[in-house]
Amino acid sequence: MTQNPYLWLIPTLPLAGAAINGFLGRRSSKTAVTIVALTFPGLAFALALKIALGFSWEAAPYVFNLAHWIRSGSAGLPNYFTADFAFYLDQLSLVMLLVVTGVGFLIHIYSVGYMSDDPSYYRFFTYLNLFMFFMLTLILANNYLVMFIGWEGVGLASYLLIGFWFTKDSAASAGKKAFIVNRIGDFGFLIALFLMIQHFGSLTFTEVFSKVQPLGVEHSSAGVLTAIGILLMLGACGKSAQIPLYVWLPDAMEGPTPVSALIHAATMVTAGVYMVARSHVIFERAPIALTVVAITGTLTALFAATIGITQTDIKKVLAYSTVSQLGYMFMACGVGAFSAGIFHLMTHAFFKGLLFLGAGSVIHAVGGEQDMRKMGGLRSYIPWTTAVMGVATLAIAGIPPFAGFWSKDEILWKAYQGSWIYWLIGVITAFLTSFYMFRLLFMTFAGDYRGAKVDEHGHASHGHGHDGHGEPHESPMVMLIPLMILAVLSIFGGLVGIGNGFEHFLAPVFGAGSEAATGETAGRGMEFLLMGVSILVALGGAILAWVLYVSKPYLPQKIAAGLGTFYNAVLNKYYVDEIYAKLFVKPLVDGSTSILWQGVDRKVIDDTVNNAADGARHVSDEVRHMQSGNLRSYAGWIAAGAAVVIAYMIWLGAR
Amino acid sequence: MVPLSYYLVLSGVLFACGVTGFLIKRNIITIFMSIELMLNGVNLSFVAFAAHWHTLSGQVFVFFVMVVAAAEAAVGLAIIISVYRTRETLNIDQVNLLKL
Repeated sequence: MTQNPYLWLIPTLPLAGAAINGFLGRRSSKTAVTIVALTFPGLAFALALKIALGFSWEAAPYVFNLAHWIRSGSAGLPNYFTADFAFYLDQLSLVMLLVVTGVGFLIHIYSVGYMSDDPSYYRFFTYLNLFMFFMLTLILANNYLVMFIGWEGVGLASYLLIGFWFTKDSAASAGKKAFIVNRIGDFGFLIALFLMIQHFGSLTFTEVFSKVQPLGVEHSSAGVLTAIGILLMLGACGKSAQIPLYVWLPDAMEGPTPVSALIHAATMVTAGVYMVARSHVIFERAPIALTVVAITGTLTALFAATIGITQTDIKKVLAYSTVSQLGYMFMACGVGAFSAGIFHLMTHAFFKGLLFLGAGSVIHAVGGEQDMRKMGGLRSYIPWTTAVMGVATLAIAGIPPFAGFWSKDEILWKAYQGSWIYWLIGVITAFLTSFYMFRLLFMTFAGDYRGAKVDEHGHASHGHGHDGHGEPHESPMVMLIPLMILAVLSIFGGLVGIGNGFEHFLAPVFGAGSEAATGETAGRGMEFLLMGVSILVALGGAILAWVLYVSKPYLPQKIAAGLGTFYNAVLNKYYVDEIYAKLFVKPLVDGSTSILWQGVDRKVIDDTVNNAADGARHVSDEVRHMQSGNLRSYAGWIAAGAAVVIAYMIWLGAR
Repeated sequence: MVPLSYYLVLSGVLFACGVTGFLIKRNIITIFMSIELMLNGVNLSFVAFAAHWHTLSGQVFVFFVMVVAAAEAAVGLAIIISVYRTRETLNIDQVNLLKL
């Protein structure tokens, strides 16, 4: 443990950027907004790099306590509970820190080009900086409560950015959907926190884990650790879009594309994986919870990949691909290979960020069109984008030596050690991944351009969504440079995993390479065999995509017709949204309408108030006749009252 | 010796007559006389108790009441005369300018 007083600056810098742009951005020039928006995340990235370069194994973890927050009870007693604004940096958070600040900064740069025509330019960067603040808080937290601040905060930023174009109805409702679905997961997270407070009296990572450490593994019985684990996983399901709470992520593509890249692919959605990995001490002692994680991840990976095959919206394909890849990460965590999960998280951030930014560049090029059926042949118009998209596709498909290969293969190998079923589903998913990614690549860049071309207007007016967009055109340099940097990372980012280098780096966090040492010699041959299988499968997917979408483009139609209802089910995303609407949304809406609104609100609350007022008016209506102005009637009332008083006194006396 | 209760009953009857007259009569002079009747009904009970308990305070009270009643009669009759001069009636139901 070493104090590092710079830690708190890393999240705070983007917050300062958000504050400056948020309060002054409306009246500042675009250049000023750009400078502020880029400087602060850039500084955060520089600071993260400085810390990373000076990172010492002996000194780790670095901690810094910024301020007291909650103090309850008295020290020494069992009811003592504290939670501070404190930061914690170990190897795990360092990886996340570099990914988030690095990829985040690149996407900030890209956004300068992508959003340059938007009237709410300053608002976009305010939200983006705000997101960086919360995400860094989440990563650098030293207890679950501060993590929860970041957790909720990134949810807020995500909501704001999905609904960035809030005048569009679909964007506004997609934002709401994301927020509400995430609430369900957060509910589980919160309950898990309460359980921790109840049983361990603390939320600080080190304290909770030191109290969990001596507890035995809950093998046969399911106890509190299992409960905490499953509830944490529920939270992770919400944030990281796993079954059953993945439905918000595809809709989140309503947001601007850089947002999809940063929040809904590279960083925020991986928060769940990070949280599960961070809680590995708990999960390792709760095998049932771990199995839940593994099964959820595996099923999600397969499920989302199948949907990805049928989508025609370029961003939707990538969204389902993200869900599927997140499933891989959970699969890794579920079989206890946390470092493999984090490794994939990192490489995924590179290539999925690149894919989304590339898709953004494509959308930019064709004037806001997102339907791949109206693209095609773009390789000659936008060669740079084509090249980086090709790199990213190779990376995600798992072709060596690109980044995705190393991490995905690591996961599949670890999954095989867990159970061959995980491995089999993983390999099938890898095949599907390769297929739908090459399908995207071929549909977009190969063949002839199928979109509408209006030659007259040419390049003079290239606002987004205009009809007269002219020919597809390459994006400006400010967008291409981040793409190229990410492309380089997608190519070489996986090499850190060679020889289990990445695993060794994370070993202080996850324990000293638990099975790496034991299983290594025995399974080396097996590992190479499995590696060969996954490469073959990836190539197979690519070849199949080439056959179906380049050489024989009439075939997909036939296959789709042949599959009939099954194809329709997949095309409609297995009707999950419809089922949720019938099962949860409609009863809630109906119940709210008939019981809460018509029943409680109108019949009980409104009627109570109205009837009280009506009653008062009726009574007064009657009583006001007593106030006649007739003197003798007043005297009569006085006499009657006096008579009553006297009668009462007589009765009292006579008693 | 007449028992106390006789005086009290007579006092009550006088007071009740006064109240009744006050309530049912319309002529303002009659109402005025009814008020005097009530006062005197009360006076009677005062002196009856004073005699019964052999104290003077009841008697003193009665003198006070009579003085105040005299003063009230003077003021009240003056008002009645002035009302009659302006309204030319003694019926209080017609003296209702302040009524809604």
